[in-house]
Amino acid sequence: MSASATMTSDSALAQSHAPLVEIANLRVDFGPPARPIIAVEGVDLTIDPGEIVGLVGESGSGKSVTALALMNLIDDPGRVRADRMAFAGRDLLAASASERRSIAGRGIGMIFQDPLTSLDPCYTVGYQLDEALRLSGNREERTNAAARRDRALALLREVEIAEPVARLRAYPHQLSGGMAQRVMIAIALVGRPQLLIADEPTTALDVTVQAQVLALLTRLRREHTMAILLITHDLAVVAETADRVVVMYAGQVMETGAVPAIFESPRHPYTQALLDALPEHNVDRARLRTIPGVVPGAFDRPVGCLLAPRCSYAAARCLATRPALAGDAARAVRCHFPLASANADPNGREHWYDD
Amino acid sequence: MRNRAADETLFIAEGDIASLAGDAAAIAPAEEAAPPSRLREFWRAYAQNRGALIGLALVVLLIVLALGADFIAPHPPNEQYRSFTLAPPAWHAEGASRFLLGTDPVGRDILSRLIHGTRLSLLIGTISVTISLTLGAILGLVAGYFRGIVDTAIMRLMDVMLALPSLLLAIAVVAILGPGLVNAMYAIAIVLLPHYVRLARAAVIAESRREYVTSSRIAGAGNLRLMFATILPNCAAPLIVQATLGFSNAILDAAALGFLGLGAQPPTPEWGSMLASALEFIQRAPWVVTFPGLAILITVLAFNLTGDGLRDALDPKLRRS
Amino acid sequence: MTTEHRSARPAAPLLEARGLTRHYHLSRGLLRGTALVRALDGVSFSLAPSQTLAVVGESGCGKSTLARQVTMIETPTAGALLLDGADVAHADRALRKRLRPQVQMVFQNPYASLNPRRTVGALLEEPLAIHRRGAASERRAQALAMMKKVGLRREHYGRYPHMFSGGQRQRIAVARALMLGPRLVVADEPISALDVSIQAQVLNLLLDLQQELGIAYLFIAHNLQVVRHIADTVMVMYLGKAVEQGPKAAIFAQPLHPYTQALLASTPSLERARRTRATVVAAEPPSPLESRTGCAFRARCPRAVERCAEEVPQPRTIGSITVACHRADE
Repeated sequence: MSASATMTSDSALAQSHAPLVEIANLRVDFGPPARPIIAVEGVDLTIDPGEIVGLVGESGSGKSVTALALMNLIDDPGRVRADRMAFAGRDLLAASASERRSIAGRGIGMIFQDPLTSLDPCYTVGYQLDEALRLSGNREERTNAAARRDRALALLREVEIAEPVARLRAYPHQLSGGMAQRVMIAIALVGRPQLLIADEPTTALDVTVQAQVLALLTRLRREHTMAILLITHDLAVVAETADRVVVMYAGQVMETGAVPAIFESPRHPYTQALLDALPEHNVDRARLRTIPGVVPGAFDRPVGCLLAPRCSYAAARCLATRPALAGDAARAVRCHFPLASANADPNGREHWYDD
Repeated sequence: MRNRAADETLFIAEGDIASLAGDAAAIAPAEEAAPPSRLREFWRAYAQNRGALIGLALVVLLIVLALGADFIAPHPPNEQYRSFTLAPPAWHAEGASRFLLGTDPVGRDILSRLIHGTRLSLLIGTISVTISLTLGAILGLVAGYFRGIVDTAIMRLMDVMLALPSLLLAIAVVAILGPGLVNAMYAIAIVLLPHYVRLARAAVIAESRREYVTSSRIAGAGNLRLMFATILPNCAAPLIVQATLGFSNAILDAAALGFLGLGAQPPTPEWGSMLASALEFIQRAPWVVTFPGLAILITVLAFNLTGDGLRDALDPKLRRS
Repeated sequence: MTTEHRSARPAAPLLEARGLTRHYHLSRGLLRGTALVRALDGVSFSLAPSQTLAVVGESGCGKSTLARQVTMIETPTAGALLLDGADVAHADRALRKRLRPQVQMVFQNPYASLNPRRTVGALLEEPLAIHRRGAASERRAQALAMMKKVGLRREHYGRYPHMFSGGQRQRIAVARALMLGPRLVVADEPISALDVSIQAQVLNLLLDLQQELGIAYLFIAHNLQVVRHIADTVMVMYLGKAVEQGPKAAIFAQPLHPYTQALLASTPSLERARRTRATVVAAEPPSPLESRTGCAFRARCPRAVERCAEEVPQPRTIGSITVACHRADE
């Protein structure tokens, strides 16, 4: 398929540069320091320029909080700590608040799940684009209204909105979901960002519109060498769009790997279970395979591996000590007994499911 | 044997993690055993606001004074001590410790009158607000549920009432019904009515669209049950908050009416009429005017603080669920 | 799963729609009159007992309107809707109230479909109380039995909805829908708002209950992978019309309508090779407010010809599939 061939050559190119985003040992918690609610713990994340990284996890996995931490959007009483958090080589932890704002504001764009509530309903599309350009455009755009208008129209055309001139005068509630999401993308592109964080960008959209928006994101990545952090719970979306996947569970990274290798042979039991729960992998069965139990709550985080209470491969060691993330940038697993390795228990899978 | 997922109960709802970034202060820490009762959750949220606690403490104090007026007040409120007219407060050079806050022009102890006045003020507030709230909630419910011509009729009537300045409206009602404390309460209830109707109607319109109302309709619920059992309890929060704030409005309006001689009649120790009868003495004996004024101020402040605290405690919780 | 259902069609379908139509008149302001929205435009289908009919479509296709007609919240503008032979489209209030226990609904949003001021027990007993079934102790017993059936524990009886996760709330919603013993449950995207692994749990629950209680489902969904798992028959809707319907196997193996083909092509799938078309459907689903002649899909259809602009395609049967497209058999 030509599409996938282009993607792999893009990501090969990307890996030759230094990483765009480097996060090491990120921890975010909320609430009183004595009894903190841990949202994210020990998360390492790297994104190369022009790479599409899919950040996958269910509710409570901490994927949105990770992105917000990178964007410096976690306010008091949240506490963000990391060994390293750098963007385009610049250390975000050492920077002052205003420096962080300018680094994140220019270099990173973000779009959210529900475009109709992410846009300000009181102002037209044109006004909101204009405002973004005044703040984050280049020097000429910041000062010259005509230049702003030209750029606004160019951006709307770039995100494939028909009749851009008319759309500038529209209010958000007059737009359909797909169009509103495109406007959001246009606003995010104002600062010519090197990274676009897309937090569940297509969850609220119809499936045909979702396909259009994903195709748009892929095209933008190719034309601008823009990296994309695609946060979603939909594995199929990630499988078709991303170069690399990071699987999170209960605030920790469980596995990272390249697409499609990670889906063809997952090493972490959680990844395997997520794949097995999909209807398309259960065509032969009457009942779907499910994972028993639920994500640990704020105050009953296991001492050992976070998945151990639910994992049918779990051994005594899993309950006692928490595994570290082992591997390299291409492939890493946080598990004492990764699958498809000498350590794995081949019989565990039969007991995994709720049958 | 099939094991139908024994989910454990989560106290931070799935999907709420994103809201943690902004609203961590509102999270109730989860407990392993049975979840806290609604009352305790509410109290935890309410108690975070120091002003609200002060307000609540004051309100409790006022209630105690009102209930125990007969025992707490040092003198009967209407007893006139002819030899001690216009006596200054106890800390004054010429004051007596018998009359802690001094006496009024006919020799009645101001402190005792104030304490008995608390009973009246709270009574005014409670009755006016109750009448207004009940009637307003029902009218708003009917208007918001049925819409159409019923809605238009009720709201235009309320618009007419709102077009008149509230004090003038109250005076007009009292003029029709005759002066007196009870009639003053009716007048105040009528003046407050449109606010509750609008609030209730807005809340009902918003809630009627929610899916749980449709769910009850599909289960077969009729209009009455839907209105009163399903929708109304979920509209309670803004109404409760408005009621607390309406309390202070009622007390101020009663004081104004009393000041004009249209509310409580002498010798009733109502704070507003106490102010009115003492106005000419503002230069000579300022305490006769100051203390009733302070009493009004403190009471209104107490209820406003409580109302604000209630709003903060009730709204985010209900929004989240 | 399908082999466990009765494969022979019983004599009378449980639910039958013939030319079901529902129009809305939207006021466009004081001076601009009203606009006509053809939310449902002549939809016909039938659903047998204990079977699942999946209704698939995007925003504006009319599936929510269809749900409202079937659950008798609204009366159709035209056409017939037969529930077990009785015409509910023209039923009076008394008949509708009598028929209500037969049809219940599960909603999409687990955070909005349960009354936040009621305990689980009260929520489950409410339908019984409305229809005055049994004494208080009997209702309680029934509620507890239903809770057990859907996987809730006894101690959940006195708790409030906000203390539960999304998946658990859907279980409560399903339990509530089943309290009156309905023969048909309309499920409006019941799992779309849930996490992937919880979706699987709730889906299993629905399948188990169908097998145990013999309920038919009108399952509205947009995720074709889920539809493939749970449906017996599939109906694809576009702008108020049923453009294609038939047995699940036939529709997924060989979809005839270009829109169905587009939906399948747009659905992300882990097996990339299955994506036969790299092309993406152009434009957006149009607003149901716009008036149109000819086929509603022609603006986005890669195979549209002149005839499509002039003539509205009528449903016709090709094999086991009923499809409304001029070029379906090419």
